[in-house]
Amino acid sequence: MDLNVLGQPTRIYCGGRSFDRRLPAVVMIHGAGHDHSVWQYQARHLAHHGFAVLAPDLPGHGASAGEALTGIAALAEWIEALLDAAGVARAALVGHSMGSLVALACSARSPRISALVLVGSVAPMPVAAPLLDAARSQRARAHAMINQWSYVPTSHIGASACPGLWLPGLNAALMARQREGVLAADLAACNAYTDGLEAAARVGCPTLVVCGERDQMTPPRATRPLLDALARGGAAVRLHTLAGAGHAMMAEAPGALGDALRDFLGSTTG
Amino acid sequence: MSASTPYGRDTLALHAGQSPDPTHGSRATPIHFTTSHVFSDTAEAAELFNLERPGHVYARISNPTVAVLEERVAALEGGVGAIATASGQAALHLTIVTLMGAGGHIVASRSLYGGSHNLLGYTLPRFGIHTTFVDPRDPDAWRDAVRAETRLFFGESLGNPGLDVLDIPTVAQIAHAHHLPLLVDATLVTPCLQRPLELGADLVMHSATKFLGGHGVAVGGVLVDGGRFDWEAAGLFPTLTEPYDGFHGMDFAEESPVAAFLLRARREGLRDFGACLSPMNAFQILQGLETLPLRMRAHVDNARQVAAHLAAHEQVARVAYPGLDGHPDHALAARLLPAGAGAVLSFELKGGRAAGQAFIEALRLFSHLANVGDAKSLVIHPASTTHFRMSAADLAAAGIGEGTVRLSVGLESLADLLADLDRGLAAAGKLSRT
Repeated sequence: MDLNVLGQPTRIYCGGRSFDRRLPAVVMIHGAGHDHSVWQYQARHLAHHGFAVLAPDLPGHGASAGEALTGIAALAEWIEALLDAAGVARAALVGHSMGSLVALACSARSPRISALVLVGSVAPMPVAAPLLDAARSQRARAHAMINQWSYVPTSHIGASACPGLWLPGLNAALMARQREGVLAADLAACNAYTDGLEAAARVGCPTLVVCGERDQMTPPRATRPLLDALARGGAAVRLHTLAGAGHAMMAEAPGALGDALRDFLGSTTG
Repeated sequence: MSASTPYGRDTLALHAGQSPDPTHGSRATPIHFTTSHVFSDTAEAAELFNLERPGHVYARISNPTVAVLEERVAALEGGVGAIATASGQAALHLTIVTLMGAGGHIVASRSLYGGSHNLLGYTLPRFGIHTTFVDPRDPDAWRDAVRAETRLFFGESLGNPGLDVLDIPTVAQIAHAHHLPLLVDATLVTPCLQRPLELGADLVMHSATKFLGGHGVAVGGVLVDGGRFDWEAAGLFPTLTEPYDGFHGMDFAEESPVAAFLLRARREGLRDFGACLSPMNAFQILQGLETLPLRMRAHVDNARQVAAHLAAHEQVARVAYPGLDGHPDHALAARLLPAGAGAVLSFELKGGRAAGQAFIEALRLFSHLANVGDAKSLVIHPASTTHFRMSAADLAAAGIGEGTVRLSVGLESLADLLADLDRGLAAAGKLSRT
């Protein structure tokens, strides 16, 4: 469906079901240079199991209008505006990579967030200088670098879980569809967000951290400071590791991630 | 480094789409000869049907062996995915019926494989889909043929049988200016000689029966989506941008902006029209794909020599091979097909139809049959076989004469091929002297 958020037409994927605000709401926030479609399977899974799913294209991404917002804090504010536009009082947030920082920042500032899921997340999330440079001036090179680091070696060969889809090609095409400057703005936002651990210490809602066992972008061992910060703040924190998956775990372990999300979110809605 | 893979073409041809079988460690791609796959429980069954999780349900929709072929060709072409079909014709049909219904219109090159010309020119009009055939070398003809109801541009990388080189960047630009996708049949070039998606095409199809398999034992087709065409922005493709009651009310472009076409083609086209590929055929085509880069290099080497040999022969009126200086598309071929202009060529014998018949019947190594792209050398007379339904005017427009002979140059020893051709040319010459 399309909603007007802060005056801008915004594309929101609802997992193939009509949005029903009487159900527990879940907002699924994509990562840098992506759009809602990275959540295709997990969004459908949650939408078919009792959740009202809102998987937006962030401003300037995919089919949403406007310019890409230039900071994690601004994106976190935008998520609250999205909840207002959808008429949702409380929602769980699920974010991947850059989207996880947005979800974290939003959860730290808003009492409306009922549960938090951080997928492929570390805080802080520094971005390598060569990637930042490439995103500004050599997009194809940036896409190649992201693909190289997003998938486990077997995914670079193929044998995808999704019959007939060549995942590295799919991701390259998805990134190529985004408007000029979007990826650079997203990666700069990740790199500049240094408040992640402080934000984590302010999160009060139940939180799930999902790691890809073989994630090279946000390796499991690097999540420890984030887990510790969340625990310090008093949030009930769980860690779930997806066997064999890399950073692109929505595509590499679509069923296992969907199950993990549903189990956790189900436990938080009673 | 390509954006989609760190691996080179030769590596992808051997490995893409397959990891060793986790149960038994089989290195070769297993043949999953099964119609259906067992659900672990009722919940999983529902989730697979709802597309909440990916997986195989029934072989008409997808199959693990077929999926390896699909991924491998998608990787080689630089696409987002592929659908393997029962034949190349099925891939063309699947493209068309995914993009349009009755009332739709196609602009196509007039230099097409006879079977494609049949489908577009004679069969689809019965279902309300019409085609305007244009001179592929004339950009204005492509432009002028566009109507409000046009939904697709279609041409072959190398036109059949005159070997016209499709100027993909130019034709794609015209298509895109009208918010239309370009489908390229790349059967004669394979991803080893040209990757049409990189040149601007949006969709690529193959008759995998030909060079991809290379052994002449299995009929099949593959349709690859580049994932770049913006179906929503075009505003012309309700099959992809409006909810489809036949599959969960899915709006395919919203579901997956990048893979919308493949989703609809698989979930409607394969499901309802049913032209799926057998896992045995997929396995056989995969065996061929493993050696495709090696074979294409050898095919091109032999074809260049054969073309030059024929061009210098007194019994030959003209040779159509874009790798030769005299071909009208020689410069274009150098730009779009730098690794070689394929291994199919046609030539006009002096002496017309009778000379053609004498030539073919004198050959010993070249097999007279209706196919191209076999490892073995092949020969045919298009006017009496593959293009027999076309009128004399259409034949002439497609560059086919009474004495036109088409060769598919194989991998035999070059000296043996040249000797065989000389044998045929001698027979044709003897006939014309009597």
